[in-house]
Amino acid sequence: MDLLEYQGKQLFGRHGLAVSDGKAVTTVEDAIAAADEIGYPVVVKAQVLIGGRGKAGGVKLAANTDEAREHATSILGLDIKGHIVRTLWIEAASDIATEYYASVLLDRGAKQPLVMFSSEGGVEIEQVAEETPEKLVRDNVDALVGLTREHAVDIAKRGGADEDVIEGVADALMALYEVWLEEDCSLAEINPLIVTPDRQVKALDAKVTLDENAMFRHKENAELGDSANADPIEVKAKAQDVIYVKLDGDIGIMGNGAGLVMSTLDVVAQYGGTPANFLDAGGGSDAAKVKQAIELILENDQVKAVLLNIFGGISRCDEVANGLVAAFGELNPTVPFVVRLDGTNDEAGRKILQDAALPNVHAATTMDSAAELVVKLAKGENA
Amino acid sequence: MSILVGNDTKLAVAGITGREGSFHTLNNRSYGTNVVGGINPKKAGENVEGIPVFGDWKTCVAESGANTAMIFVPPPFAAASAQEAAEAGVELVVIITEGIPAHDELKLYNTVKEKHPGTRVVGPNCPGILSPGKANVGIIPASFFKEGNVGVVSRSGTLTYQIGNELSVAGFGNSSIVGIGGDPVPGSSFIDIIEQFEADEQTELIVMSGEIGGDAEEQAAAYIKDNVKKPVVGYIAGFTAPAGKTMGHAGAIVSGTAGTAAAKAEALEAVGVRVGRTPTQVAKIAMEILGS
Repeated sequence: MDLLEYQGKQLFGRHGLAVSDGKAVTTVEDAIAAADEIGYPVVVKAQVLIGGRGKAGGVKLAANTDEAREHATSILGLDIKGHIVRTLWIEAASDIATEYYASVLLDRGAKQPLVMFSSEGGVEIEQVAEETPEKLVRDNVDALVGLTREHAVDIAKRGGADEDVIEGVADALMALYEVWLEEDCSLAEINPLIVTPDRQVKALDAKVTLDENAMFRHKENAELGDSANADPIEVKAKAQDVIYVKLDGDIGIMGNGAGLVMSTLDVVAQYGGTPANFLDAGGGSDAAKVKQAIELILENDQVKAVLLNIFGGISRCDEVANGLVAAFGELNPTVPFVVRLDGTNDEAGRKILQDAALPNVHAATTMDSAAELVVKLAKGENA
Repeated sequence: MSILVGNDTKLAVAGITGREGSFHTLNNRSYGTNVVGGINPKKAGENVEGIPVFGDWKTCVAESGANTAMIFVPPPFAAASAQEAAEAGVELVVIITEGIPAHDELKLYNTVKEKHPGTRVVGPNCPGILSPGKANVGIIPASFFKEGNVGVVSRSGTLTYQIGNELSVAGFGNSSIVGIGGDPVPGSSFIDIIEQFEADEQTELIVMSGEIGGDAEEQAAAYIKDNVKKPVVGYIAGFTAPAGKTMGHAGAIVSGTAGTAAAKAEALEAVGVRVGRTPTQVAKIAMEILGS
């Protein structure tokens, strides 16, 4: 789960990492009240999970109440690359002497935590890594030991932090590591980590990704994220415990098992189609679950045809077929379906579909033929 | 032979008294796997259809001689149970549980590596290991597979069944099928399993099925180049996955430009691994190589 800047900063604050005073608001009136309370100048910052908000006019400095009103009015509701700004973070403006970069993440390759630091902050870190890799320190940390103070100081020095803030940067790295560890983050990143003219080290931005699998021990974080900008079908699917990812195409896809569904999307694309979604109905897909999944797929009005690709392992094809028949009875879909049933009880499943004689449902036996057929149907061609 | 599980397997199961746990344990036993015990701290002394239940791993290993552990307990407790099994000296720990926090997996991986080097962990979030005709440890539907010379290692369960079934329909069988799981920090990587297939006499061809996220496939490619003489056929799922979205498996995510299917396929092809573009094509390539 990706956090908005202000949510990340609030986590930072809880772990002793310095951030500016600020307040999250959703209306112009509250924005003005917050700005008046914090004291000018303030920065009015759009809270969206997309980069480039500064360039899009989503971050502005306000010197007084009138400017705060003007900026809050212009930024609230702004569409930044498809993300509508619904929340503003009003923050005391910081004087900046220097900008650094710091992050802690899970290094899947090394199977260890990775701490990164650079004195080249405020720019895309990928750019630093590519153009001046010597200015980016990348150190693995022993997961069983954690980041030691000594190591943090060493990272700060090698990363080129100014002599007089080495200790301050080490403090920030230690706090960031604590955030990463104790909040179950996959990523905790600060860019820029600033040094103020009075030599304070402070997080000016926050990019945090939380591990959803660890949410059972962080109930207080469960409501974070940007649910207002999440796809409504994805939100509904999540509540029903179905794994659904909205995509841009017009062919609805359902399968069992993440790998098989990913593969199904790929095969559909190879035949010239564009998937409308990823939907993994999981193992043990009983009739009720199949019906629920089909309902979700059809909620997307872009869908012109649907492909069910089932390889029955734990899930049984006859149950899936029963679910499909039940779903058709209630939903009366108007788009064509291609159903490929293979594996456990596949013959029984196909017989159920045949006997039900559902309108506009086509059976297929292989993944390739099923994909080819559904692409044709989505284009309005005959089977 | 076959790898990891076989005629010498003595299986014990944490979570044996749960609905899923008991169902699959009994399935494994009826396949012929030697199931010697189960763990449930609250039900020590009871039994599940004749399989004795112990209160902890240490007692279980001492009294039953278990050398293989299967973990079915819920995510908050799964890593701890796996570690306890390793501490008790179990050689192979297979974690079926899905949804374990990545930080728990990270700690488990490093603890086992450092303190229990004699233990191999497979999973989490995996379907287990099947050596057709010998033993089944996990949830792989064994009826689709028969004994043969193709070793399969995969991050995905159903995709493994798909590829294995196509091979089986065409008359080919498997030495072992190993699901390494779809999580960010798996106990065993492609390399660990490929190394064993390379050394296994029964295995003549290796199929590896990867997906987006991480760099395990790229690491495997580098390993294959220098260490593997047997033919390897690859598959990568997720060419159409958008960046930043988790595609079902916790580990299946393209982060920025890292972990894409195209980069993985390219890395494998660069070292001479033929990569099928569909599961059917994978099976066809495998048959081509085996038939020639």
